[in-house]
Amino acid sequence: MAGAITAHLSEKASKRPKHITESPIIRVVLIGIALLFLGLIVLLPLASIFVEAFKKGFEVYVASVTDPDAISALKLTLMTVLIAVPLNTVFGIAAAWAISKFQFRGKNVLITLIDLPFAVSPVISGLIFVLLFGAQGMFGPWLAEHDIKIIFALPGIVLATTFVTFPFIARELIPLMQAQGVQEEEAAASLGAKGWQIFWRVTLPNVKWGLLYGIILCNARAVGEFGAVSVVSGHIRGETNTLPLHIEILYNEYQFSASFAVASLLVLLALVTLIVKSLVEWKSAQQQAEE
Amino acid sequence: MKGSKSRSILPGFGLSLGFTIFYLSVIVLIPLAGVLIKTAGLTWEQFWDTVTNARVLASYRVSLLTALTAAIINLVFGLLIAWVLVRYRFPGKKLIDSLVDLPFALPTAVAGIALTAIYAPNGWMGQFLEPLGIKVAFSPIGITIALIFIGLPFVVRTVQPVLQDLDKDVEEAAVMLGAYRWRTFRRIIMPELLPPLLTGFALAFARGIGEYGSVVFISGNMPLKTEIAPLLIMTKLEQHDYQGATAIALVMLVASFIMLLIINYLQWRSNRRVAVG
Repeated sequence: MAGAITAHLSEKASKRPKHITESPIIRVVLIGIALLFLGLIVLLPLASIFVEAFKKGFEVYVASVTDPDAISALKLTLMTVLIAVPLNTVFGIAAAWAISKFQFRGKNVLITLIDLPFAVSPVISGLIFVLLFGAQGMFGPWLAEHDIKIIFALPGIVLATTFVTFPFIARELIPLMQAQGVQEEEAAASLGAKGWQIFWRVTLPNVKWGLLYGIILCNARAVGEFGAVSVVSGHIRGETNTLPLHIEILYNEYQFSASFAVASLLVLLALVTLIVKSLVEWKSAQQQAEE
Repeated sequence: MKGSKSRSILPGFGLSLGFTIFYLSVIVLIPLAGVLIKTAGLTWEQFWDTVTNARVLASYRVSLLTALTAAIINLVFGLLIAWVLVRYRFPGKKLIDSLVDLPFALPTAVAGIALTAIYAPNGWMGQFLEPLGIKVAFSPIGITIALIFIGLPFVVRTVQPVLQDLDKDVEEAAVMLGAYRWRTFRRIIMPELLPPLLTGFALAFARGIGEYGSVVFISGNMPLKTEIAPLLIMTKLEQHDYQGATAIALVMLVASFIMLLIINYLQWRSNRRVAVG
């Protein structure tokens, strides 16, 4: 269930002779409906966030995003992301290497298992860690005895976030590395290159743009994860609140402007993610054109 | 790639596969297995009573129906958007294309509060819909709209590449043989698009059933009416009813595994189609 399918629009496909396309009127109507739908479903919510965020003026906006609780939520979110994303990056590269460069039994089963977190509801992704490490969980009593806190603390938030964003980088890299085959690596190996050398000098340069997009997308999802983190965090203000949870709390306290102000920060992150994606597509199209 | 099984000269197979399986087990498989073990602690009667409770059944129904409606709407409009983006030229096309991915990149809670603000009775859309007697926020319609937002990229992005690679010659031939545009679409183009459309539909549907963040704000969370299954799990957890939460979760997990298998089967089939064709 890849969240990242990099299909760039080719110019060729849109250049069509008259007899295999629709009449101009139908074309305009179809484009109109598509744009209207996207405007209503995607653009309107996007615009509303900024309008609501600045409704009470610039000062309220600045005060909301520099509030100590907001800052501590930002710090916790950053810390979580800095652990979860590198872990999933290493995993993504290892999984893609094993799956794309070698033949083995059960490969399809492995790919399906990697997809599992996509299919699990975020709330359930949080629940499983509560069942393991919560006070009434399997390891709960043992953890309490040794004074280790996982649930309602950073480790739980990191675990839940890692679980939810688990497949993103692997799913971005696997098809890319499969498409590139093994010839270049085998050539390097037969010339005497060692494993890491092959990876750094041959494989990585070929997939770097895809990897970058995978990391950025994983990052966006890790920052924005709500359901799973909501279950394991305990909502302790200034302590275990991530940015999305902070937004929820402000919203439920009817501090709408503050809530949308913090939300607008996350929108900026989402927009940066989309820009990086366009950049990656542009770069990989260039790479293809060169070959 | 066949036949390179034990003869591959590339290094790192043991290390990379070993790490993959280890990490997969620690982060995903063992935690998930915990749910099964926890449910095993329930008697069959306890499990059955929990999952057939009127409020639980109602939440499953709300989740399924809204996810299904949203996926069907996305099927139609996702195809239309993919079609327009691939086949027509118009100003701002690249920008529109990037915009399709926004629901992937935007945190669900942010989408949730934004949609609620728009469709609340005094919101941008709500103020026009309310006098017409259409209540969107805090009703199943609101949940459906949130799920349309979440699911849209799945359909567009699975259909788009297939539509892009579609051979022009076949369409040319159909025209030569005298087929009209609509007939060409139905008989020539549609069969090719069916597998990716089904995949996109299944992805959007599966995502919709489990979705929480974007829905919880707009749904109003009224038991029996607009309470979705993930929220009920959350409520049970807050009441420290871990067994109840686990029982509800198990039913959802089984449903999503079945969806995942169907999706992988569909993707495998459409890949094979491409490979053979």
